Amino acid sequence: MDFLKLDRKTLSSIFLVCAADGVVGASFGAIAVAGGAPLWLPMLMSALIFAGGAQFVALGIFLSGGGGVIAAITGLLLNVRLIPLSLSISDVLNVNGIGRLVGSHVLTDEAVAFVNTETDPRRRRLIYTAFGVFMYVLWNLGTFLGAYFGAEIKDLGAFGLDAGAPVVLLALVMSSLKAPKIRNAAVIGAVLTLVAVPLLPAGLPILCSLVGVGYYFLSKQRRKAVVEVAS
Amino acid sequence: MSYTAILVIAVGTYLMRLLPAWIFAKSEVSNRYDDLMRVTASVILVALVALLTFFEGDKFAGWARVVGVAAGGGFALAKVPFILVVVGSAAVTALLRLAGVA
Repeated sequence: MDFLKLDRKTLSSIFLVCAADGVVGASFGAIAVAGGAPLWLPMLMSALIFAGGAQFVALGIFLSGGGGVIAAITGLLLNVRLIPLSLSISDVLNVNGIGRLVGSHVLTDEAVAFVNTETDPRRRRLIYTAFGVFMYVLWNLGTFLGAYFGAEIKDLGAFGLDAGAPVVLLALVMSSLKAPKIRNAAVIGAVLTLVAVPLLPAGLPILCSLVGVGYYFLSKQRRKAVVEVAS
Repeated sequence: MSYTAILVIAVGTYLMRLLPAWIFAKSEVSNRYDDLMRVTASVILVALVALLTFFEGDKFAGWARVVGVAAGGGFALAKVPFILVVVGSAAVTALLRLAGVA
């Protein structure tokens, strides 16, 4: 419970992000049960997969009677983005034994975005832990409540809550975009991703954004070369 | 059948969370490329924001959400407290839908 040493403001922002995702979890549970799935199915998925996008897509395939193989492939593709995200917080996950094994399971987009707004190693770790605990509890609690009580929270759209997930991530990632080079890289990546959506299967378009990283890397190398020549 | 698919997704997802950080931390290059990895994370997350803003699956999500997210971005730039950023953007989206914007 180390993370409770974080300041109130940080803790409450983390809690808020996780609570917003808890509402999404509730809609996941509600949609699953309303579509005819037994109560345990969404709960098992939230506990074991713990990745919203992949859960919704796999559930959609189950409910429409699609095959398990397609569901598995699509679900996994959607999570390939977790590989670079995991790399970016390797310092935080670099703890012994159980810490790494448990800590890795609770890696989410939101946690990585928040952790990467900080540079202090201790704060990075505390924030990640707080995220892990709050997100895991609220996501699974939300799923249960949604699946059990139900049908009312199926439609997030009527309350505009579907805007919540992108806005939360946007607010978190904004502070890392101050440097023009990083901003350009992000814009290139986002545009290529959007263009790729109609052309590639789900999960792959986002990997097109890595071209933006290539741009960043090359422009930095070139700058380094210029500095070396000048000095 | 869904059991197996859930297990496959769960195990595969877990390995994609666990292994990259583990292997990277043990490798020699990790210090040199730390900065690049954080930029990569930011680029991926911005692309994810774009996807979640414009698309629902592979279909256009509608202008209400796009405008709502843009408004939220504006609130965040204006340093509005976090909760109001989220509530404000949901409110803009919901009001636009109420007004008949898809």
